[in-house]
Amino acid sequence: MALLQISEPGQSRAPHAVRRAAGIDLGTTNSLIAITRGGRCETLADSDGEHLLPSVVRYTTAEVQVGAQAYAASVEDPFNTVVSVKRLMGRSLEDIRHQGNQLRYRFSAQPGTTPRIVTAAGEVTAIEVSAEILKSLAQRARAKLGGELDGVVITVPAYFDDAQRQATKDAARLAGLNVLRLLNEPTAAAVAYGLDQREQGVYVIYDLGGGTFDVSILRFSRGVFEVLATAGDTALGGDDIDGLLAEWIVANAALGSDIDDRLQRRLLRAGKRVKELLSTNNIVGLDIARPDGTAWQGKLRRREFERLIDPLIDRTLVPCQRVLRDAGLDPSQIAEVVMVGGSTRIPRVRERIGGFFGRPPHVDIDPDRVVAIGAAIQADILVGNKRDDDMLLLDVLPLSLGIETMGGLMEKVILRNTPIPAARSQEFTTFKDGQTAMAIHVLQGERELVQDNRSLARFELHGIPPMVAGAARIQVTFQVDADGLLGVSAREQTRGVESSVIVKPSYGLSDGEIERMLRDSMAHASEDVGARKLREVQVEAARSIEAVTAAYQQGGRQLLSSQEQHELQSALSRLEALYNSVDVDAITRAMDQLERTAASLAERRMDVAINAALSGHRVDEFSGQ
Amino acid sequence: MTITLTENAAQRVKSFLSTRGRGVGLRLGVRTSGCSGMAYVLEVCDEIAADDVVFEQHDVKVITDPKSLLYLDGTEVDFTREGLNEGFKFNNPNVKDSCGCGESFSV
Repeated sequence: MALLQISEPGQSRAPHAVRRAAGIDLGTTNSLIAITRGGRCETLADSDGEHLLPSVVRYTTAEVQVGAQAYAASVEDPFNTVVSVKRLMGRSLEDIRHQGNQLRYRFSAQPGTTPRIVTAAGEVTAIEVSAEILKSLAQRARAKLGGELDGVVITVPAYFDDAQRQATKDAARLAGLNVLRLLNEPTAAAVAYGLDQREQGVYVIYDLGGGTFDVSILRFSRGVFEVLATAGDTALGGDDIDGLLAEWIVANAALGSDIDDRLQRRLLRAGKRVKELLSTNNIVGLDIARPDGTAWQGKLRRREFERLIDPLIDRTLVPCQRVLRDAGLDPSQIAEVVMVGGSTRIPRVRERIGGFFGRPPHVDIDPDRVVAIGAAIQADILVGNKRDDDMLLLDVLPLSLGIETMGGLMEKVILRNTPIPAARSQEFTTFKDGQTAMAIHVLQGERELVQDNRSLARFELHGIPPMVAGAARIQVTFQVDADGLLGVSAREQTRGVESSVIVKPSYGLSDGEIERMLRDSMAHASEDVGARKLREVQVEAARSIEAVTAAYQQGGRQLLSSQEQHELQSALSRLEALYNSVDVDAITRAMDQLERTAASLAERRMDVAINAALSGHRVDEFSGQ
Repeated sequence: MTITLTENAAQRVKSFLSTRGRGVGLRLGVRTSGCSGMAYVLEVCDEIAADDVVFEQHDVKVITDPKSLLYLDGTEVDFTREGLNEGFKFNNPNVKDSCGCGESFSV
């Protein structure tokens, strides 16, 4: 029989109580929700039988519309209809301006705050818009599962930085959802194919969606998915193929150049249909009504279609090459290729990508749904419906985290590639006698010197009891939650004073930056070691000077002859003159010299202290008993 | 009519109660649910009700209600380790049938 645990009064869990969990693929173009029931995963449809929910929200004075209805209105009511909100998540107005053509909305400009889109229903943030999409999806799951959801897993692109992840979590909270975990989209796809059930392997996830292209290389080993490299094109997808086909129709039907918006939309829809049909047919006929009332009939063969789209596929191969190079791999080292995104239904895409990586890609699971399904599998495990032995997926930290120590050095507390969630503590101490406060500077990176790493946060710990240097014990704890969010706390051990900081936005780095930081750390490795040695010696020398000066002032004068005093003074000033130099050996020698000279002073101070402690006592008071 | 605790189980209950800081003993019971009809209740007891039945072994009080006792009479509660899991196990002579996972049973 099963082993039972003691519960709190009245809280025994009913056997076989299944918790309600769902996986959500919150996409740029379309979003989906999936659940696991009876060991099977399924995506959920709306009342019209549509599984894909267009990620479009329209705000009118009367109501908020989500999905197809909003999508249909996006052309006639562009300012109140928010599309591709994912591109705005966790972004400042400056970031959005940098993206170029994205400024289709009216933003209320307040520099330094979250951008707000001005709509008929008032100002909304990207988080609020995303929350509407999530609410609409969660409603499907609630209806299907018959109750409130206990938790959801939401997928995000692997390259999402901390601000974007935090914004996604905020959106879920606003939608009243409990986020069990944010999961990287490529990882979710790998999970859907069960690649996490294998021992280990390196996988390529090729994700060609409606408007974006991403390719990632994942390494799986010992229960951890590590993102080795990601690349992509944020303006490349199935929509571009529709556009190419629309152009082809314009050229072949001799439609001329005066094409209004309505005709253009009609052509795009026709292009989309032709594209979809050509995935299963070799030839597709077209019937287009010209504006002048005449009609044009034509046909497109698959071979010609493939010639049209080959340049687009070529554009996806550039990032594929880049991820391989970044990960330092060649195609023969790739164990599996997984296809994600509706555009990977096109046989030519499968063929070209299979050819590029030298193996047929995985295509069995509907590429539109595979990410949501992987998320649902994870959600089911995380919510507690599976036995403990089902593995939990872990991600790893991309860069080490640590704090600044004396001499401008970075002391790493959590090393890069540590699986998260992770918590590590390390003890630090005071540098000066009577020091009552400590500044804690949180850093990210692989280099030895503070200036070469990225500064994440600073905070101070006050109320350390005055003690001699090195006696205080300050425990600094780093905690990274499963979504990669960092919290740092410092606690003085004797009195228990505590201070902490949660590291929020600006923590995130783009993949390019991470890569640059890693490369730098390799390139500067030996230089860094030298720099660290020098700083350490300098700090040590400063500590010696401090300690000897203090000892000398507290009675050294009485204990030393004038000759000895003179020697000590000159050793001190020699070290003082040297310790800011860059000559490690010279500093070390001067420091040794000072310590030898000061040794007799230390001995005599010790004698005096012992005498003081013993005077007035008889010897037998100290013997044995 | 009796319910017994093995020494192992008693030790575990004691340490659980002392970590928790309060509680008079261990409440056992059954309730109807699960796929085979009944499921065990295993909880800390903060208050002994008037009609409760109390057994005491190895300095640990085991509390149950008279109705549950009918299904639990003769049961020995053990604390064991199976693989990576450890937990309480009910050796109940009244059980005729239990579901695959053993979380519920019938008598």
